[in-house]
Amino acid sequence: MGAGTLSYRNRELFYLSVVGVLTGLGFASVYIARQAVVSWDSLTYALFFFGLYLAAHLVTRYATPNADPYLLPMAALLTAVGVTEIYRLGPSDAFKQGLWIVIGVALFAFALLRLRRDYRVLEQYKYLFGIGAIVLLYLPRLPGIGASVNGARLWVEAGPFRFQPGELAKIFLIVFLAGYLREKREVLAQGRPKDLGPLLVIWGGCMLVLVATNDLGSGLLYFGIFLAMLYVATNRLSFVLVGIGLFAAGGFVAYEKIPHVHERVTIWLQPWTTNKVYCPVTGGLALRQDCESYQLVKSLYSIGNGGFGGAGLGKGVFTSADGHALIPYINTDFIYSALAQELGLIGAAALLLVFMLFVARGMRVALQAEDGFSKLLATGLTFGFALQTFIIVGGVLRLIPLTGITLPFISYGGSSVVANFLVLAGLLLVSNRANAPT
Amino acid sequence: MNKQISRLSIVALLLLAALIVATTYWQSWASAGLAARQDNAIQRVAEFQIKRGLIYASDGHTVLAANKKVTRAGQTYYFRRYPTNGLASQVVGYSTQGRSRSGIERQLNGYLTASNANLGTIIDKITDKLRGTTVTGNNLTLTIRPNAQKLAESALAGSCGAAVALNPKTGAVYVMASSPGFNPNKIESASGYASILHSPSACPGSSSALLNRATQGLYAPGSTFKTVTAAAALDAGIYTPESRFYDPGYCTEYGQKVYNSGNPDQNGPEMYGNVNLIEAYQHSINAVFCNIGQKIGARRILDKAKDFGFYSTPPLELPADERAPSGLYDFKKHTLIDDASQVDPGRLAFGQERMLVTPLQMALVAAGVANNGKVMAPYLLKVVRSPGGSIVTRTKPTVWRKAMKPSTAAALSQMMQAVVTGGTGTAAQIPGIKVAGKTGTAETGIPHVYTAWFIFFAPADNPQVAGAVVLEHQLNGFGGSVAAPIARELMQAILPQASKQ
Repeated sequence: MGAGTLSYRNRELFYLSVVGVLTGLGFASVYIARQAVVSWDSLTYALFFFGLYLAAHLVTRYATPNADPYLLPMAALLTAVGVTEIYRLGPSDAFKQGLWIVIGVALFAFALLRLRRDYRVLEQYKYLFGIGAIVLLYLPRLPGIGASVNGARLWVEAGPFRFQPGELAKIFLIVFLAGYLREKREVLAQGRPKDLGPLLVIWGGCMLVLVATNDLGSGLLYFGIFLAMLYVATNRLSFVLVGIGLFAAGGFVAYEKIPHVHERVTIWLQPWTTNKVYCPVTGGLALRQDCESYQLVKSLYSIGNGGFGGAGLGKGVFTSADGHALIPYINTDFIYSALAQELGLIGAAALLLVFMLFVARGMRVALQAEDGFSKLLATGLTFGFALQTFIIVGGVLRLIPLTGITLPFISYGGSSVVANFLVLAGLLLVSNRANAPT
Repeated sequence: MNKQISRLSIVALLLLAALIVATTYWQSWASAGLAARQDNAIQRVAEFQIKRGLIYASDGHTVLAANKKVTRAGQTYYFRRYPTNGLASQVVGYSTQGRSRSGIERQLNGYLTASNANLGTIIDKITDKLRGTTVTGNNLTLTIRPNAQKLAESALAGSCGAAVALNPKTGAVYVMASSPGFNPNKIESASGYASILHSPSACPGSSSALLNRATQGLYAPGSTFKTVTAAAALDAGIYTPESRFYDPGYCTEYGQKVYNSGNPDQNGPEMYGNVNLIEAYQHSINAVFCNIGQKIGARRILDKAKDFGFYSTPPLELPADERAPSGLYDFKKHTLIDDASQVDPGRLAFGQERMLVTPLQMALVAAGVANNGKVMAPYLLKVVRSPGGSIVTRTKPTVWRKAMKPSTAAALSQMMQAVVTGGTGTAAQIPGIKVAGKTGTAETGIPHVYTAWFIFFAPADNPQVAGAVVLEHQLNGFGGSVAAPIARELMQAILPQASKQ
């Protein structure tokens, strides 16, 4: 592929430069809109990011010269959009997010360099990854280090650090499934009842996660990834249908039995009430939009206020005139509401198109890969990325019940940033191998 | 596996495409609905970043609502300031962060924030946004005449009540006063708001200063309602102004005698004997109207009331929930009754029964008589101007109701003039000007405490002003003694040819 490989990386460099210019423009517009509160330092962020991604590019030049040239610039664009918005919402958070991105890029570089010869060694440790995923998922349940935020136990706290192990567990689960399904796919494809065992085990596991962490979103994400990979491995749609049925049944039981899940669904179906209803937060009576569905409703108001063209970067309304925050969790769960208000329909749709392009490129990598493990790995990573985006943005848009998970590459949060860079590393490794000259 | 991967890709892309569709929904179709929600704090704050349009009185230079520029955390906000400290407070209303909006500030928020669908406004707004300058709203000029409004408010001060004066030929509202009033600059702060809510007032019960009594206050109309009854009787052709009646001093209702002496509005003897319709109206004789009501029936009277606009919410540039329809009310359910079979036609005819009216509606009754039977749609907004001064829209007078035949209106005009020249309303006389009017004095259930009314228009040969004045809880105060003098002052303030005394 000689000249072709070189031009792959040069293309990557070109698009990264475009992203660099865009990042500069983004920070500049935040600076112009908010001169009174923001300093010129903001522009150094843009330079810093360009430098960081240039370093990442140099690593791909060395470690994965044949990898897809669009994935890294798209990831760079998404992180830049995220950091710009996080900076606009609170400059100190952006600094911390910047540090996490440095760690993310470092791990990305480490993964590429370590696994550049053959990442397929991971397959040998598939059960280790599987057990690792389960351990990570149950960490937040452990007394002492587990922490509950916003009604869901998803966090691990150690001193000043707070980490969401679920993000990493997702990747471990995908690696395990890629290995396991590659090995068992012929047997599973025959569809004998006794082979449905593992399916039921994993379904049970997901339901337990759901019950243990009080979180419908993560349960849906893990189970969705599992079903997608099972379908790709076995080509049996019936498995998917049975799986969806089982999940729906489990979800229904959770809705009936778990107050937190019940509340989420009620909010989704009826965020506004015209009469006062019981408010579990205060114990009194209140309109639901002033109580349980406060967050969702404020998020919708934010999106609605963006309109077609948006308020403009730095010009959206997120606080009252006396400085109270109007939208809770604005830089994590609700960052899409913030972006939709400032960038408007044009910007929000463009952002979602970048997500779609990333998914399309990721799936292309899976198509090009030659062996089953690689195909399943790339499929799992890409589908997980797409489904996670759908669950959080769909929740914010009231398409599905809202559950708090992060928007890949954009939301504020260390675990999320690091995990997403590992997803990117995985896709580049698979792509590099698929495109390698033989 | 590639076939499955391709299918899965389509599923994944469809999921993400659904997000674009949902975003489009919230940002276009649903966006206006979201913005209109009262709990939309984001919209409210966003609108404080707009330099809100000014509100002027009809003279074009008395500023009723202005802005105060405040910079907080790098953001510029424009908060409302009301330089007159409450002239026409319930009409102008308020625009605050904590307590939302009311009055014109709420109803015409679109013009004031430049979010109205006018091509020029839209272009201005987009240009402002692109240039990064502050979006500036359109300025409103109201029909309210500041001097007459001030006069009405000081005349009502100390009582609870309302006064409305408008141009009967156009519907332009010159005066809309409601007492007690409030200082809108105090609304935002908790202590100021409490002081408005709990200020002592002359009227027990519904004492709120925030209530626009002119459009929301529901009062028993008393004898002013005889105007509607007379219009029904004349329009139906059953009676003429010269029709003769015998007044024995009472009227028999369901076998019981209802005496004129129970009517505080009537002056002169308790028994007039032989009178014609003009005299019966002039002296507000209940017994005669009671008999007219029994003869023509409740249905005709209610239908005539509807012709004047009763039973529907009058059009005006105020929020719908700040305007009430007039009509027969079920007191318990607070709903309108429109079933003639449940109504006593005799009592209805002289303004009792469960008839409740707003001062605006009674002003429109007088205006309909003044304008040859046609009730013009009342309006408060004279003109909307862009920040640059060009006219965005100007209100054009429209006919709201055809209340009666012109001949009936002419006859009623004569009858109303008789009230002022030699009847119950002589206190409204203005030298050199023919004044038409009708008194009303409704019982409140408390002995010697009345709701005092006067409806009017002038000059009777070329009417330029019509209106209504009502005063609540008047101890031994009658329509002719307390309301008519205020009406006279209002007419003098509005009519250029009136020489003040």
